[in-house]
Amino acid sequence: MSALRRYAPLLLLALLWEAAPRLHLVDPRSLPPMSEVAVAWWRLLISGDLATEGLSSLLNLLAGLLLGIVIGTALGVLMAWYRAIDDLVHPLIRALYPMPKSALIPVMMIWLGLGAASKIASIFIGCLLPVVLSAYNGARGVDRVLIWSARAAGASPREVLWEVVLPAAMPEILAGVRNALALSFILLVSSEFIIGQHGLGYLISFLGEGGAYDAMFAGVATVAAVGFLADRLYLLAMRKALLWRE
Amino acid sequence: MERIGGIDPARLLRRSALILILLLAWEGLARLHVFTPFLLPSLTTVLERLAKDTMTGQLPLSLALTLYRALLGFALAAACGVAVGVLIARVRFARWLFDPLVSVGLPMPKIAFLPIFVLWFGVFDESKILMVAFSAVFPVIVATAAATENVEKVLIWSARGLGTGERRLLWEIALPAAFPQIMTGLQVALPIALIVAVLAEMQMGGQGLGGDMMQASRFADSPGVFAGLVAIAIAGSALVKAMELIRRRLLVWHAEAEAGY
Repeated sequence: MSALRRYAPLLLLALLWEAAPRLHLVDPRSLPPMSEVAVAWWRLLISGDLATEGLSSLLNLLAGLLLGIVIGTALGVLMAWYRAIDDLVHPLIRALYPMPKSALIPVMMIWLGLGAASKIASIFIGCLLPVVLSAYNGARGVDRVLIWSARAAGASPREVLWEVVLPAAMPEILAGVRNALALSFILLVSSEFIIGQHGLGYLISFLGEGGAYDAMFAGVATVAAVGFLADRLYLLAMRKALLWRE
Repeated sequence: MERIGGIDPARLLRRSALILILLLAWEGLARLHVFTPFLLPSLTTVLERLAKDTMTGQLPLSLALTLYRALLGFALAAACGVAVGVLIARVRFARWLFDPLVSVGLPMPKIAFLPIFVLWFGVFDESKILMVAFSAVFPVIVATAAATENVEKVLIWSARGLGTGERRLLWEIALPAAFPQIMTGLQVALPIALIVAVLAEMQMGGQGLGGDMMQASRFADSPGVFAGLVAIAIAGSALVKAMELIRRRLLVWHAEAEAGY
């Protein structure tokens, strides 16, 4: 199937978005035509608002996500490696895992105030749990024979951990990170809605409250597109990173 | 292998140690005023608050509101998601139409659309429920489409060979065979529904557990905020557990139940 035919429904949706408000099938104030939203997006870009708020969002997202990935992977592998740590930490992780992560935001507001720290902490805790569990499952699932042979070949425990267990657990860890990536966007945008101050989520709700709906739609489209692209780029990178397994 | 029969008491103690220590530390640190009562109200204060809110009826009301919004949105997502998923797997035109929309929609942060839902549907239940459904529908569609497509061809062929009509084929062969995977999609969607319901309440107000938490936060009522966190965490765990139970009940006939998952 050619790309055009494959993506025709998206074009159709765009066309509908343009035509429906222009033909007054829907109120243009509730749904500004796509071209007007594009113009509003351009204006946001030129004014620098998009760059400033986008940068703030990006930094908070990366800080929370990277912290979650590093600490989550370490904790998950340690849990799989040491029975005592597993016994101690696993019940807590299992108790916290089903908690709707959005409930953390008001608590972080009390502890860390109305600023970047609260947003980063919410993203960090939200991302931590899926990464811990995937690293744990990945490391637990490593073929015992691999570990035994590495030991028999004289590898130290540290070498076994870094060169056998981590690479073998990598596919599961990377899948967990993909979940964490999706969660990090949810927590980022919602904490920006609720805490405000900075970020694309704040920009969107600020524009919405001011009645600048064309610009608000432009902001929403930006966040949606960035979230989508981040997932696609991550998938590409993940496939590249796992090529050695084939 | 863990022992299935008698439980090792030492291990049980170790397994509950960290949670107990954390709860004790919470109470101790608060009592010793290491943190101000605003930063960390003691565990007992929070529990008292939960008990009080239960007595006044505020907590049960909010819990019911949140569950109503989350579960109705989830039910909408489940019904639409399964229908669209089956269509994608079985109807050429539907696949052409929905496939690109779903592959764009699935990884998109749907929560960003919240202000648009407010603009279109207002700030009341309707808007919250639709927001929940919109956020939760994509994993259901994807799981259903993949599951229906991967139903063993032999099953379909034998049923067709025996003269089964298309409709019965769908209801009695394809859907039951796809059911475990569809259920997995629903198990992904349910926590999303609760997360989004709470967020929508925080943003739009209108009580519910999320709305109460924001209200408490605005009035610097930190026991209220912590009580909200505890209530939401318990509600979340209960829903996830309930879903696992339902899965086991509904899939008694399936091989995975025998395998002891």
